[in-house]
Amino acid sequence: MVLTAPDPNKVGTIEDAIADLKAAFPNDVSDDKREGYGGVIVSADKLLEVASYIRDTLKFDYLSSATAVDYLGEGHHSNDHMEMVYHAYRTTGGSALVFKAQTDREKAELPSLVSVWRGADFQEREAWDLFGIRFKGHPNLKRILMWEGFYGHPMRKDWKEAFYESEHKPFDSRWPEGHVYRAEELNVFGSNVKYPSDIDLSRLTDKSESDLYTGFGLGVDMTHMTDENGIQTDELVVNMGPHHPSTHGVFRMVMRLDGETITHLEPVMGYLHRNHEKIGERNTYLHNIPFTDRLDYISSMGNNHGYVLAVEQLLAKGAKYTPPTYRTEVLRVLMVELSRIVNHLWAIGFWLNDLGAFFTPVLYFVQERERILDFFEAVAGSRMMCNYMRFGGVFADLPERIKSTMNLMNDRVRDFDTMQFLQEMINERIPRTIDELDEYLTNSDIVQSRSKGVGYLSAEDAINFSAAGPLLRGSGVAYDIRRADPYSIYPELDFDVAVQHEGDMYARYMVRLIEMRESVRILKQILPRLEYTKGESVTSSFAYSGKIPLGEAYGRVENGKGELGYYVVSAGDKKNTANPWRYHVRAPSFINLTPLGHMCRGTKVADVVAILGSIDIVLGETDR
Amino acid sequence: MELNLAELNRTQYPIPAELQNNVAITSLSKIYNWGRRNSMWPMLFGLACCAIEMIATASSRFDFSRFGMEVMRATPRQSDLMIVSGTVTKKMVVPIVRLYNQMPEPKYVLAMGACASGGGPFKEGYNVVSGIDKYLPVDVYVPGCPPTPQALLYGLIALQKKIDGQSIITSDDVPWYGVGPSDPTPIPILGPDIIDPRQMDMIRRQAEQAARGGTFAVRELPAVAKTAAALPAQKAAPAAAAAAPAAGTMTPEEERRAAALARKAARAAKSAGEAAPAAAPTAAAPLPGGSKPWEESHDIREQRKAAALARKAARASKSEG
Repeated sequence: MVLTAPDPNKVGTIEDAIADLKAAFPNDVSDDKREGYGGVIVSADKLLEVASYIRDTLKFDYLSSATAVDYLGEGHHSNDHMEMVYHAYRTTGGSALVFKAQTDREKAELPSLVSVWRGADFQEREAWDLFGIRFKGHPNLKRILMWEGFYGHPMRKDWKEAFYESEHKPFDSRWPEGHVYRAEELNVFGSNVKYPSDIDLSRLTDKSESDLYTGFGLGVDMTHMTDENGIQTDELVVNMGPHHPSTHGVFRMVMRLDGETITHLEPVMGYLHRNHEKIGERNTYLHNIPFTDRLDYISSMGNNHGYVLAVEQLLAKGAKYTPPTYRTEVLRVLMVELSRIVNHLWAIGFWLNDLGAFFTPVLYFVQERERILDFFEAVAGSRMMCNYMRFGGVFADLPERIKSTMNLMNDRVRDFDTMQFLQEMINERIPRTIDELDEYLTNSDIVQSRSKGVGYLSAEDAINFSAAGPLLRGSGVAYDIRRADPYSIYPELDFDVAVQHEGDMYARYMVRLIEMRESVRILKQILPRLEYTKGESVTSSFAYSGKIPLGEAYGRVENGKGELGYYVVSAGDKKNTANPWRYHVRAPSFINLTPLGHMCRGTKVADVVAILGSIDIVLGETDR
Repeated sequence: MELNLAELNRTQYPIPAELQNNVAITSLSKIYNWGRRNSMWPMLFGLACCAIEMIATASSRFDFSRFGMEVMRATPRQSDLMIVSGTVTKKMVVPIVRLYNQMPEPKYVLAMGACASGGGPFKEGYNVVSGIDKYLPVDVYVPGCPPTPQALLYGLIALQKKIDGQSIITSDDVPWYGVGPSDPTPIPILGPDIIDPRQMDMIRRQAEQAARGGTFAVRELPAVAKTAAALPAQKAAPAAAAAAPAAGTMTPEEERRAAALARKAARAAKSAGEAAPAAAPTAAAPLPGGSKPWEESHDIREQRKAAALARKAARASKSEG
């Protein structure tokens, strides 16, 4: 490990850092004085210098999130403008330094921060795609979620989709009048489409594919390419996906190959871009909870948690706010840690699929997953989309008895006492599954020879690429939000941060394995707390709260796949902030793909699927 | 699945008692469908959340290989069934249609979950197709978000029942027993927004209208609805009968709401009034010209049904002659 921990005497609190920053750039950095906001506003022309200073001098080396907000219309503190919001952290722990840069809406342009943090790459492309902000100096400013040639930048506030009804939900057509009709009945084309009125039909060709290949150097001159034996060769462009069994969904990679070696790889995504954020801005705050389930659909409980934390931060800005009860926190941690185990079982299983152990290990892992899902179903009402957490509480307490099977083969569904079921699951079944996995796989020659030294990512690169979760910790950076920036009751729980220093696929596998063991350790501490807090309330008067105080909040949790953050802005009309002005998801699966091209360069095609598997992505979250 | 001869044996022809466990006389359709229904190979193809439940259905607890579906094929060329398991986006529908066109016939589509059936919770999204049936003919819809593995199994069994009912002697209910290859589904174009090639004429008409200074009427109300919108939105009034000029004082929201109400009333009146096949223009009588672009059928099932009817009629007239 090459990282040098910053000297604690030199590195102070966030307030010190902001004071330091303002002293260094007296004319270009000012406090964000809007109601409920924090951090600093940086003038756009000095953004690059300020960012370098934040990274190098103030040691905020990890750029967690970079996203845009469109402030348009009445009720804001200044004129209409676009804003980029950056959240930077220290990998030694602590809370965020938030800095913002503003630009004009019509000619939106800001300097790109890719030269400071390469993790800004995809996030800036997303801001260009959805908000139309140009980033000067970005090496590859193409659309990322929509296709090249799409009309307009859909996340702008004045861009209306074809099925647009009104700014707020519930729509009048649903409530209180309730005249339900299908939106397509009112559309001339009968479907969800909208064309610009000056559509040029004579030149209607699909350019989305050809635009994709710009920068790939197609049509290489063969005469210049000879290998060591003097044989003339050519490089080949190969597409993998969006329909491919090893891309974990509708993900696509475009690779340039020299023989079987990858010389360039570019991830192509957006095939599951289902407009989570645009829909989320029309929804009420409460509506968004079931939508978060569908982000990382393997671990929906963790998604709920991040979002309610963000909204609880906003609620805390109000006068009358009481934090969730202790039992609520216990239940949340119980659910989240079970989700983490499901997530890692699934991740390891699918990674083994990619290594060639096609579906046999997965079937064993699914057994355990089914039992956990039975528990979720009994508690929340649904196997996968739990929709369990509420602001200041959870949906319901544990039921007395639950229905599940002991043995998936030849067994009826039986009735169990919930605590007994949990105790057996946590103390016996899950550890047994993990031990079994460990025994068969960790020392397997095939797993080791396929994965050791492959897909290497150094610690510096992992931080610079904003990698999160097992990808970051597998590279030797012991950064786990549960410890680095604690939330819920994690400070009082006893567990270790899983970390491996090799930075290869095997290290990531080991991190997941250790992390599952640590989760079991946490769950074992949760069980007595469940008994102890029995009877305590788990609901809150804020759970269905309609009005949210003004301000911004960034709630983040350590989800199975990495840091999951929600940037929620409550702004605009002071009387009615029933729905978020901006609702952004910092998706670990999306940002963890930024280093994919870097990690794959020089490896063989057969390893690419395994490297992708070792990152562990889920497309609902990647594309949102 | 074990072949049950007694079940298969549907004939008047008497079989001697000692042969009844060895010989069965049945129709070609029946034995052919029996083979097909029990070897439905789905495509290994997951779109979103539903794909996870599809994997759960394939794994040991639910195990759809009990129904002859154990072999999931990653290539469309070896699969019989496309399980559309998740939200279909505009960007993804292009490859999906390509994959469907590459599947050999007979082929089936199962829309798994709310999104694939009709857009689901993401329907209003700008990149979301409101259901795969906008592009492909769907055989079975499975509701749920996501459907439980039990629901998916039920859908698959429903598909088997559907196959049982199909006959190879007529090409009316399924296109692939006709003569020659059936037409591929046109592949959508990713232009300024997604373009269904079957709608090109309509887009052209709209663009011409816009070029003449008219509105590019993406959001304009149908004429029927507009006239109805001018009426006081009374549920009792059989709408669209008396055409009053649009008042123009209502907000677009109110207009749309009234229009929807009126259309509902008109539909109700229509279904109550006449049971005859809806060949003639219905309540839309006050419309000038009679061209109703919003009522044009883009549903491939409707088109196929119409084509089958036409073929049937042609055959009938031929045999008469």
